[in-house]
Amino acid sequence: MSAIDNREDWLAVLMLDEIPVLGARVLEGAVIGPVAVFRTEDQSVYALRDRCPHKGGPLSQGIVHGHRVTCPLHGWNVELESGDAVAPDVGCAGRLSVKVEDGRVYLSKAELAGGA
Amino acid sequence: MKKMKLVVIGNGMAGIRTLEELLKLAPELYEITVFGAEPYPNYNRILLSPVLAGEQTVDEIILNSIDWYAENGIRLHLGKTVTRIDRTRRQVIAEDGTTEGYDRLLVATGSSPFILPIPGKDLTGVITYRDIQDTQHMIEAARNYRHAVVIGGGLLGLEAANGLKLRGMEVTVIHLADWLLERQLDPVAARLLQQSLEAKGLRFRLATQTTELRANGDGTRVGAVRCKDGSEVPADLVVMAAGIRPNTALAEAAGLACQRGILVNDTLQTFDPRIYAVGECVSHRGTAYGLVAPLFEQARVCANHLAFMGIGRYTGSVTSTKLKVTGIDLFSAGEFMGGEGMEEITLSDPVGGVYKKLVLKDDQLVGACLYGDTADGTWYFKLLREGRKIAELRDSLMFGENNIGDVGHEGHNKAMAMTESDEVCGCNGISKGAIVKAIQEQGLFTLEDVRKCTKASGSCGSCTGLVEQILMNVLGTDYSDAPTKKAVCGCTDHSHDEVRKSIREHHLLSQQEVRQFMEWRTPNGCATCRPALNYYLLSTWPHEAEDDPQSRFINERAHANIQRDGTYSVVPRMWGGLTNPDELRRIADVAEKFKVPTVKLTGGQRIDLLGIRKEDLPAVWKALDMPSGHAYGKSIRTVKTCVGDEHCRFGTQSSMQMGVNLEKMLFGMYSPHKVKLAVSGCPRNCAEAGIKDVGVIGVDSGWEIYVAGNGGIKTEVAQYLCKVKTDEEVREYSAAFLQLYREEGWYLERTVHYVARVGMDVIRQRIVNDAEGRRALYERLLFALQGAPDPWKTSEAAGVDWRQFRPVQLAAVSEGFLP
Ligand SMILES: Cc1cc2nc3c(=O)[nH]c(=O)nc-3n(C[C@H](O)[C@H](O)[C@H](O)COP(=O)(O)OP(=O)(O)OC[C@H]3O[C@@H](n4cnc5c(N)ncnc54)[C@H](O)[C@@H]3O)c2cc1C
Ligand code: HEM
Ligand code: SF4
Ligand code: FES
Repeated sequence: MSAIDNREDWLAVLMLDEIPVLGARVLEGAVIGPVAVFRTEDQSVYALRDRCPHKGGPLSQGIVHGHRVTCPLHGWNVELESGDAVAPDVGCAGRLSVKVEDGRVYLSKAELAGGA
Repeated sequence: MKKMKLVVIGNGMAGIRTLEELLKLAPELYEITVFGAEPYPNYNRILLSPVLAGEQTVDEIILNSIDWYAENGIRLHLGKTVTRIDRTRRQVIAEDGTTEGYDRLLVATGSSPFILPIPGKDLTGVITYRDIQDTQHMIEAARNYRHAVVIGGGLLGLEAANGLKLRGMEVTVIHLADWLLERQLDPVAARLLQQSLEAKGLRFRLATQTTELRANGDGTRVGAVRCKDGSEVPADLVVMAAGIRPNTALAEAAGLACQRGILVNDTLQTFDPRIYAVGECVSHRGTAYGLVAPLFEQARVCANHLAFMGIGRYTGSVTSTKLKVTGIDLFSAGEFMGGEGMEEITLSDPVGGVYKKLVLKDDQLVGACLYGDTADGTWYFKLLREGRKIAELRDSLMFGENNIGDVGHEGHNKAMAMTESDEVCGCNGISKGAIVKAIQEQGLFTLEDVRKCTKASGSCGSCTGLVEQILMNVLGTDYSDAPTKKAVCGCTDHSHDEVRKSIREHHLLSQQEVRQFMEWRTPNGCATCRPALNYYLLSTWPHEAEDDPQSRFINERAHANIQRDGTYSVVPRMWGGLTNPDELRRIADVAEKFKVPTVKLTGGQRIDLLGIRKEDLPAVWKALDMPSGHAYGKSIRTVKTCVGDEHCRFGTQSSMQMGVNLEKMLFGMYSPHKVKLAVSGCPRNCAEAGIKDVGVIGVDSGWEIYVAGNGGIKTEVAQYLCKVKTDEEVREYSAAFLQLYREEGWYLERTVHYVARVGMDVIRQRIVNDAEGRRALYERLLFALQGAPDPWKTSEAAGVDWRQFRPVQLAAVSEGFLP
C-alpha cells in the first residue's frame, strides 16, 4: 500500500496507444522477470507477470477478450484484473498495480523490483 | 426494481439443472424458492445404482450442496411436499402450510415408480427403487435378510438386482415379457445378457406374472412372491421396478392439461403461460422421457425462456441407453427391433459374447443394438441422430469407425477393456480411473465437462472417443449435443453454419457486426470464436473484410510457431520442396548469426530453424530473403513432391513442376484448418499423396486427384475424386475443392472431417459433375488470393503489427526516454 501511494514510486513505462487494443506489450528487465501489459477494448490497462500459472506460457502472446486472456500454450484463461486462473483451473499469474495518466502507463518500481 | 419471484416444485435433476442454466444467463432476474419433498439437496439419481452396489457413497453423488443454494440466494424448503397450486392467487402451498407466491412457476416433480395393484403390496419389505431412502432400505435389508425378488427386468430392475446380489443376497428377477430389457434389446442380445447375469449368480423367471405378495410366518413382513402359475419364490425383500408414472397429480388438480405427463409446448410452457414444466413429469409432443440427457436439453431451453431471451426451442430428443452393471457391455438406440421397410445387418459371435445389430431404413441408420462390444455406440448414435446418408459407409458400417486416433493412448480403443490405471489421454497423462472419479464426484455429464475438469481429450483430441465411451459407461447414456447444431462457443447458441450463413446473406463485414446481429453474449468474444469469426469474414468477403490480428492465434499474429519455451520456429518456403545453393547458404548464415540451436528437416520437405527469439524474427526474415512458409497457419502449408519424370526412371509426369505450380497458385491461402498437398509422378507414390488434403498422382494418361486424406492423429486415406488430363485441370479441380472447403468448412475442421460431414457424393457432384460451379469456385479462389501479401516480405500489406517484436526495456524507460 505504502509504495503505491507514493508518487515517486510510479514509473512511466510506455504510452497507452503503443499497446494494441485487445493486445499486450512485454516489459523486460524487471527483477521479477518479464511483465505483460494488457489493454482491453474498454481501454482498461492491466499488468501481470508474463508467466502463465499453468506451465509458464507467455500470457502476453495470448488472445485478449473481455477482461481475460487465453494463454497461447494450452488455453488456460486468466483474469486480467487479479491474475487468477479461471475455474476449474487454479493458480495465479501475479498482478501488478497500474496507473494511466495523460495517455501514459505507469507501473510501480517497488513491485517491478519484487517488493511491496 | 423489485425482483420477480420464481418458485420451483421438485428439487431434482431437471429442476435444478434449469436453475443452473438460468443463473448463467440472468443471475439477478429472480428471487428463487425451491421446494423438495426429499430431505436432501439435489443429487445424481443416476448414480444410486453404484451406491447400491457399494461402489460409491451418498455424499459423493450430491450435485449441489446446501451451500450452493445459499450462495445463489435460493430459498430452499427441504422435506416439504407441495400439495396445492393456487393459480388465481399465484401461490403454492406445502403440506405444512408454507406458502410462497410466484410470478413464474416451474414444475419439476419427476415421476414415481408404478406399484403393482396386487394383494400384499403394502407389506413391510416391499419397496420401490427411486431415491436415496429406497437405496438405504435395500442396503439395510441386504444386511439382515437373504432372499430378494425384483419385479421387472428393465434397466432399473436389473441394476437393483445386481446391487443386491453384490451385497450378498440371493436375487430372483421376475419379468413379465419374454426377454429382459425388451424395450432396449432384441431377443438375441437379451439372451446373451441373461447368460452373463446368470453367471454372476442372478436368477430369472421370464414370461411370469406376479399375482400376490404373501406375508411371512409371523406376519411381520413379506415372505414370498406368488406367481400366476401357482409357484412361489421366497422373498424377504421385494423391489418393484415395473415402470414409472409421471407425477402429474399436483398439476392436474390445478387444472393444467395433462396426458401421461404435464403437456408442454416447445418452450416448455404448460397451458398456463406463467407455469413451465421440465423433466420426467412432462409430456412433450406425446413423449415423456425417462433419461437425463433429454431433460437437460429441456432445462436449457426452459432457462432461456425464463430469462426472457426467447430463443431456442425444444423439439424432442433421440435417446440411447446403456446398462450400468460392471462387466456388462450393452448399448441400444432408436428402432433397434427393426420392422417393416427396414433392413438389418447383424454380426453374431455367441461364443465370444458379441452381438451387433444395425437397423437401416432409406439409406439411414435408424437403430442399433450392441452387446459385448459397444466401442462404436457413440459413433452409431451420432450417425443416427444426424440422419446421415450411409450409402458410402455401408460396407464398413459394422466394423465401426469411431473417432479414436491411432496414436497417443497405448493402442486402446475399448474403454470397457481398460483398467483403472490405463492411460486414456496421452497428451495430458490422464488415466481411466481419474476420469471415472471426476465424472462421479464432480457431477460431470458431457465431453465438455470432462475436458474442462480433467483436461482429458482437450489437447489433441485423439482420445475423444474413449472419453465418450467412459461417460456412456458411467452415466448410462449419451449426453453430447447433436453435433448438427453445435454452438461455436459459449458466447453464442448459433452454430458455425448459421454464423457463416448470416455473414454471407447479410453482408456482414466486421466481427462487431456479427456479434451484434447474432446477439453474442460477450462484448468481444473469446479465444474460440474470435479466430473463427475472423476467418469466416475474410474467406466470405475477400478484399472487403479487414483482418484483425488480435483475433488470430499467436502463431498467425507473429508469423512463426511459438514453442514451449516461448521462442519461435521459422520455416521458409521452398516451392515444391526445391531449393538451391544460394538459399541453403543464406539459411546457414542465419543459423550461425542468430545462434539457432536446432536446424531440422520438416516432414513437409523444408528446413525448420528452431529456438529463435521473438525480437529477432524480423531480422531473420530479412536475412533469409525467402517467402514465408506459413508453417504456423491455418493455411496452405506445403506441397510435397517426388522427383518425377525429370529424373526418375518410373516417372510418367513432371511432379516437381506440378507441385511448384500448385504451391504458387495457393500462396497465402488461409483455410479452416491447415492444408497440405502432395504430388507424385507415378502410382509408386513416393510423395505419399494418399494422406494429404489434396493428393495428385501422375499416371501415363494424366493425373488422378485424391482429397481429404490426413496423416495426423488418425491416419485417413484420401478418397479418389477424379482423373483429369491436363495440368490446368489439376489446378482447377484442386482449387475448386479447396475453395469449397474454405467456404463451407467449420473453423478448425480438417478436410477429412468436412468431407465426412457433407459426404463424398456431394463433393463429387459439385467438383466433378457441375462444371460451371467448379469454374466459379476456382475463380473465387483466384480472386481471393489475388495479391496475397507475404507477411515476411511485405509485412505492412499483411497487417503485421511490428510493436510485438519490440519489448519495452526497463533500463531504457527508467532513464526517462519516454516522452
Ligand atoms: C436407480 C436409478 C437409476 C437411473 N439410471 C439412469 C441412467 O443410467 N441414465 C439416465 O439417463 N437416467 C437414469 N435414471 C433416470 C433419471 O434419474 C431421471 O430421469 C431423472 O432423475 C429425472 O429428473 P427429474 O428432475 O425429472 O425428476 P427427479 O430427479 O425425480 O426429481 C423430482 C424431485 O421432485 C420431488 N417432488 C415431487 N413432487 C413434489 C412435490 N409435490 N413437492 C415437492 N417436491 C416434489 C421429488 O421428491 C424429487 O426429488 C435412473 C433413475 C433411477 C431411479
Ligand atoms: C493435433 C494434435 C495435437 C495437439 C493440438 C496437441 C496439443 C497439445 C497441447 C495443447 C498440449 C498441452 C497439454 C497440457 O499440458 O495441458 C500438449 C501436450 C503434449 N502433447 Fe500434444 N497435441 C497433439 C498431438 C500430440 C501427439 C500425437 C502426441 C504424442 C503421441 C502428443 C504428446 C504430447 C505430450 C507428451 C505433451 C506434454 C508436453 C508438456 O508436458 O508440455 N501430442 N499437446
Ligand atoms: S512416385 Fe513414381 S515418379 Fe515419383 S519418385 Fe516415386 S517412382 Fe519416381
Ligand atoms: S502454460 Fe498457459 S495454459 Fe499451459
